[in-house]
Amino acid sequence: MSEAHTSSHAPALSVRNLKVAFGRGASAAPIVHGVDFDLAAGECLAIVGESGSGKSVTARSLIGLTGEGAQVSADTLQLGGTDLRSLSSSQWRRVRGAGIGFVLQDALVSLDPLRTIGQEIEGALRLHTKLPAAERRRAVLELLADVGIPEPEQRIRQRSGELSGGLRQRALIASAVALKPPVLVADEPTTALDATVQKQILALLNSLKEEGTALVLISHDLAVVGDMADRIAVMRHGEIVESGPTAEVLGDPQHDYTKRLLRAVPTGRPRGARLSVDVVTVSERQRQFYGVHRDQGQDEESETSVLVGQNLRKVYSNPDGSPRVAVEDVSFTLTPGTTLGIVGESGSGKSTVARMALGLTQPDAGTVTLLGREWSSVKERDRRPLRRHVASIYQDPLGSFDPQWSVLDILADALPGSRGLARAERESGAIHLLETVGLTSAIARRSPLRLSGGQRQRVAIARAIAGGPDIIICDEPVSALDVSVQAQVLDLLDELQREFRLSYLFISHDLGVVQHVSDEIIVMRHGAVVEAGRAQEIFDNPQAEYTRSLLAAAPRLAQAVHGGNR
Amino acid sequence: MTAIIEPAAPERAELSGAQWKPAADPKPRLIRALRRADIGIIGPALILAFLLLAAVAPQLLAPTGPLDVNPSESFLSPSAQHWFGTDDSGRDVFSRVIHGARDSLMIGLLATAIGLGVALVLGTIAGLSGKVIDFGVSRFLEVLLAFPGLLLALVVITILGPGVVTTTLAVGLSTAPGYARIIRSQVMSVRRSGYVESAVVLGRSRWFIIRRHILPNVAAPLLVLATLGVGQAIVWASSLSFLGLGATPPAPEWGAMLSAGRLYINNAWWLTVFPGVFIVLSAAATTVLGHALQRHLKDR
Repeated sequence: MSEAHTSSHAPALSVRNLKVAFGRGASAAPIVHGVDFDLAAGECLAIVGESGSGKSVTARSLIGLTGEGAQVSADTLQLGGTDLRSLSSSQWRRVRGAGIGFVLQDALVSLDPLRTIGQEIEGALRLHTKLPAAERRRAVLELLADVGIPEPEQRIRQRSGELSGGLRQRALIASAVALKPPVLVADEPTTALDATVQKQILALLNSLKEEGTALVLISHDLAVVGDMADRIAVMRHGEIVESGPTAEVLGDPQHDYTKRLLRAVPTGRPRGARLSVDVVTVSERQRQFYGVHRDQGQDEESETSVLVGQNLRKVYSNPDGSPRVAVEDVSFTLTPGTTLGIVGESGSGKSTVARMALGLTQPDAGTVTLLGREWSSVKERDRRPLRRHVASIYQDPLGSFDPQWSVLDILADALPGSRGLARAERESGAIHLLETVGLTSAIARRSPLRLSGGQRQRVAIARAIAGGPDIIICDEPVSALDVSVQAQVLDLLDELQREFRLSYLFISHDLGVVQHVSDEIIVMRHGAVVEAGRAQEIFDNPQAEYTRSLLAAAPRLAQAVHGGNR
Repeated sequence: MTAIIEPAAPERAELSGAQWKPAADPKPRLIRALRRADIGIIGPALILAFLLLAAVAPQLLAPTGPLDVNPSESFLSPSAQHWFGTDDSGRDVFSRVIHGARDSLMIGLLATAIGLGVALVLGTIAGLSGKVIDFGVSRFLEVLLAFPGLLLALVVITILGPGVVTTTLAVGLSTAPGYARIIRSQVMSVRRSGYVESAVVLGRSRWFIIRRHILPNVAAPLLVLATLGVGQAIVWASSLSFLGLGATPPAPEWGAMLSAGRLYINNAWWLTVFPGVFIVLSAAATTVLGHALQRHLKDR
């Protein structure tokens, strides 16, 4: 790392030429080759890259948890005054927690489900200090209060499963900082969280930083780290391709890859702007293929709305029998060729709305009308002929594929009248679909298990368009994907929409994504509509307090960054 | 751990080439699996192959017929002439054990088939039906499960009378409740899966979904259950014959041979040991293979 850094202190953490490989001898696969950085107290370094870039392996090698079979080597790996390279496992145990803390992405699996969070946090204190029990308890309560957990006296007795995602992540951070380690490593600490909760967690990490903790923040999303990192290192294929002060990296990126990552952030990007470099274009042949299916029974071109929900209500019952209102008085209208975004945090009822739109869940009150015909109130038998007008894409595409079917089976089955088609027709149809979504026939015979997350979602999209639908219900279609892959999928959806005049009901907790894709927006909270209207108007001039707080919480790159980047 | 770096060359690289060759033909995969297989699979497989040969063509392996008596050679201990010795009527025990393979394997396979068949119907109905039918079928299965399996088989034999056919039926019916419960829960989990929901969204009929999604995905774990079940069925059928409720003495059935040899166990150990060894071998071989199959399917 060439630039002189701002702090005059000796670095809290110093890494030179860090290499990690898995396997031995000839089969050794290098994952990280030559990473350098220094980190001073009170400084935050963000390591940014997509899955597989080696950022998590780098983080894990800092705490000696790369796992069996990993070969870690470095010219320097210095934590304060300690050389980390030659530590025995018992020495490592003394360093971890006391010298360096670690926060993982998924607090649910990082916390023992059978221990209360009090025990979890106390564990670190008991191992590393000689405090008596009463003082330990007081210290735990203090820590919980410090990380912003309300009512610590009650929470201390709860187990991780009883806490919400945000509180769980706070508890995990509390256990990581219990011993006030000078260095804290956080690997995707907010990726699984809603925007408002994410903002709170980032603020918590920021306050730790201001108290003097040196922070290594790992993320795939530049927008998330942009606010709090002092310096950013962009990693790709196990190497740092660009690093420097945050303002420089974000404002004037030098490396192509950094530019691509920046470009992939949807927040604040106008509708229709390309997010990824490799743009899918639909060929004439594919257009014809698709058009053939689409034209069958396409007689309602004059319709002004393809899908209408009116005063929908759905009530479930809690385990104790009391009613839980999932959706209350929600109405929406989806017009042809447009996208209606539904945004809300987990538990806001947006997925229930999607299920009602798909005719999978019957509303307790209100109706859904598809292409002017009764949809929610009729029997499944009567819905079936209309089904080909509506398709769906889910957050977890893998779960929506029969595990025994290959990609070819999945796509061929979704072709209209697939059972009447000859084998060759099925195959060529499936391959057309693959090409339409930017995949090649090379993956046709694979099981979806052997595809990457982005490829799986593309196959799901290919299946959705196979029947020539008018509407695709997208339920969190990109929330499991890296920002750069998300950009490709969003671009693909946009291209398909223009090409085939599709209407999308697009559900997401990510405000940036919804803003980028939607023409109209519904903001939901606790099952009810908070605000609805034209996307631009809502983002420019939100009326409801809740919408404003959501907007404020969305991570966004400084406007100047995009201005300089176009 | 190469998985970590694999997606790093994102999307594009993988899309460009046809470097991946489809494993369409299952045969090479089987051969590769065999090549990798250790003695823990080859051993049981050889035992089963031997037993199958014995069942299909016993005359190839057995020097005499199963019922050929020769009073002058009774109670001979194992020798080069009579590998497993001879019994009270001078019948060659080796020949009888070989000829017994057919009955034992037949009973094992048929009983398992009956059990799974009944269970498949009951489990699928319970798993797919509404609350009332599911409740009825489930409680009925629980009542049956309250009886130890062999006891249930004894009840069936008491009603139908002893014999090879009724033994098979009895063992099959008494194993059905356990299978049915497993099938029911499997059907329910598949029914609630994302891919069944996707099929509904695609407008597939209920029958199509049952046929193309639910049954195939229930069948895969069923195959494992079946292999494990055959071993158990062989032991049960032999137990019933031993009690005199299945095949009856002159027939060369392993359980019946055990029972007949029991009288002479002090003087002629070979009359009980060899049929017993074969019961153990056949049951163990199918069970070990079943577990191997289970692991294979899980890894896939």
